[in-house]
Amino acid sequence: MYRYDDYDRALVIERVAQYRDQLQRNLAGELSEDEFRPLRLQNGLYIQRHAPMLRIAIPYGMLASRQLRKLADIARRYDREYGHFTTRQNLQLNWPKLEDTADILAELATVEMHAIQTSGNCIRNITTDPFAGVAPDEIVDPRPYCEVLRQWSTFHPEFAFLPRKFKIAVSGTVEDRAVTYAHDVGLQLYRDDQGEVLVRVIVGGGMGRTPILGSVIHDALPWRHLPTYLDAVLRVYNRYGRRDNAYKARIKILVKAIGAEEFARQVNEEWQLERDGIATVTDEELALAAAAFQDPDAPARPARDAGFDEKLASDRAFARWVSRCVRAHKRPGYRSVTLSLKPHGLPPGDITSAQMEAVADLADRYSFGELRVTHEQNLVLADVPLADLYALWQEARKHNLATPNIGLLTDMICCPGGDFCSLANAKSIPIAQAIQAEFDDLDYLYDIGDLELNISGCMNSCGHHHVGHIGILGVDKAGSEWYQVSIGGAQGNTTSLGDVIGPSFAADEVPGVVKKLIETYVEARTPEERFLDTVRRLGVAPFKARVYGESSKKAEVTHG
Amino acid sequence: MADLIRGEALAHDEWAWVKLPDSGEPVRKSAGKVVLFKLTGEPAAADDVIDRCEVPATGKVLIPLSVWLRRHEALAARVAAGEIGVWLDSHKPAELADSLGGDLNRLPLIGVNFPKFIDGRGFSVGFILRNRYGYRNEMRALGDVLRDQMFFFRRTGFDAYLLRADQKPERCIAALKDFSTPYQTSTDGNVPVFRRRIGQKVPA
Repeated sequence: MYRYDDYDRALVIERVAQYRDQLQRNLAGELSEDEFRPLRLQNGLYIQRHAPMLRIAIPYGMLASRQLRKLADIARRYDREYGHFTTRQNLQLNWPKLEDTADILAELATVEMHAIQTSGNCIRNITTDPFAGVAPDEIVDPRPYCEVLRQWSTFHPEFAFLPRKFKIAVSGTVEDRAVTYAHDVGLQLYRDDQGEVLVRVIVGGGMGRTPILGSVIHDALPWRHLPTYLDAVLRVYNRYGRRDNAYKARIKILVKAIGAEEFARQVNEEWQLERDGIATVTDEELALAAAAFQDPDAPARPARDAGFDEKLASDRAFARWVSRCVRAHKRPGYRSVTLSLKPHGLPPGDITSAQMEAVADLADRYSFGELRVTHEQNLVLADVPLADLYALWQEARKHNLATPNIGLLTDMICCPGGDFCSLANAKSIPIAQAIQAEFDDLDYLYDIGDLELNISGCMNSCGHHHVGHIGILGVDKAGSEWYQVSIGGAQGNTTSLGDVIGPSFAADEVPGVVKKLIETYVEARTPEERFLDTVRRLGVAPFKARVYGESSKKAEVTHG
Repeated sequence: MADLIRGEALAHDEWAWVKLPDSGEPVRKSAGKVVLFKLTGEPAAADDVIDRCEVPATGKVLIPLSVWLRRHEALAARVAAGEIGVWLDSHKPAELADSLGGDLNRLPLIGVNFPKFIDGRGFSVGFILRNRYGYRNEMRALGDVLRDQMFFFRRTGFDAYLLRADQKPERCIAALKDFSTPYQTSTDGNVPVFRRRIGQKVPA
């Protein structure tokens, strides 16, 4: 994994000093709230409902065990012994004290971490496939490109005060696992006939209030032009993106307003100014970045393991876990393991300090001291020997990290919602818990099969509800909390936005609504169909009829 | 009194900053809030407002772009004498530099006004004036010029900074060096850190 050198180290330490000065000026009354806000946001600090919230950057989701131990330590000493993993592969602390935040950043710097640009109207943490470098369907390892772009985007002087936040995702696989069509910029890496890496540049996707899938503005950009081309994209956006209305300030609104073709033309014109300039990446520079992401020095292993096969046959609970939480690996004898942070009844994505330490130990013992954060808010040990899976599973279970529900209904994406977030219209965690309680029977969950249920507490869509097979959105109606339900959204190669099924529901109705959606599916499905496939085949109508039934007219009147 | 920093030092400001007279237009509001950001392409000030703008008859004057566009012929002698600088708002397209006519380097000073410090358009204006138009003379940040943006001003091509009145100049000068070696290039021609690393050992 990428390690800092003196350049990286100096920048992070200088950033802590800069922030400490800003914080002190604010506490001393020399820097007004209005002027401090954008500065603290660019250091990940929100002022929330109950306390500040600090969002710590985990660049493209890669973590070392020593970093996770430091996060556990920080959560214990400065917070309430837990953290929350987010859909941007970052970690949030919900209860730090404002006065401590500079010290926390200084602690992070000791393990090559920071909170730079995790919020604010700037280029945010770049996300990618959590199985980068190990996935069998990988065409190009995206991590060296992510690191090049991390450095390009960090403190970029021209783009520190954009009209709105700016999110970039990179993927290099057959199956897109980075939601590239729902980002401000999505980059798909692939190879041409000669093996040269090219980039498909997708611009103007996004969720939020106005969900839009992005448009391809360059289908075959040679990789070395990424920084200069993105400079051009950002320059056009910085100058012409709307700044008078925060709801219309994302790049997607600009691209939609002038059309993807015209946007591409302007970008291309702007690009000529910098094209082939000093920011063009050389082979040597990329090789330097790639050197940080070599395969671990792992011994070759046989493709089969008799002990594993025996346990798989004899231990049903283990076999279940393997079926949901273990993925194929590009090397024989290895597997990738997802540790579920979605045990039933606890907030999705939350992790205690003790669990962080346990995961760090597991990473050290079974996966070369590294792990990844997924945008589905789970953790991945990427390089686990097949022969070690049983031992790993037993230990993970002890720490409540082995719920065998990855990809099932209860593995939901969920934002912190109204319990914590001051932007939220409604709570989301209690809804997630109520749904998990409704579907606590594992046999039933397995029968339902692959299903992505995503919950957002407001239109900002941190919980990715637009691309959930079932999406639940908290809305505010005359001061009370209601939930709008959509179905048919999806991420991946067939990304689509869900359709709202009808008027919204009160919180206590939501589990029942999900139950009716599932029943409709179970009755109508063909043997091979997932929930999403059935929705795509039949459309919204039968689901809607089942949910609203006879009372649909009444519901429309009462809930509007 | 606003302090001027030129390069890395406090400087005497010999330029009079001329603004358009208040046009008397009502303040624009949206949902009860004053609209903070002017939009690109919004109508320019009316001709009569521009004509009412008083330009001091002697000395160095920094005049609005709109005044330049209507009166530059009358000001030709003073341009030749190096007494005319032009400023524009961050929301004005930098392509208006085309309308300045000829070589921008006839002007000893161009100012870019940042009406709010969170309005980052001016950084791109700076980049474009320097890189597309090849402007080499003094480029001055005006308006909401605060210490926490100094590093960005400098990197995008500004070399003079008229500080907002409440700013402490010595702190702003220090802020020009908030970071020792930034990662990427910009108008300052900084060599990207990846390029600097070539030939160096990969960190263990």
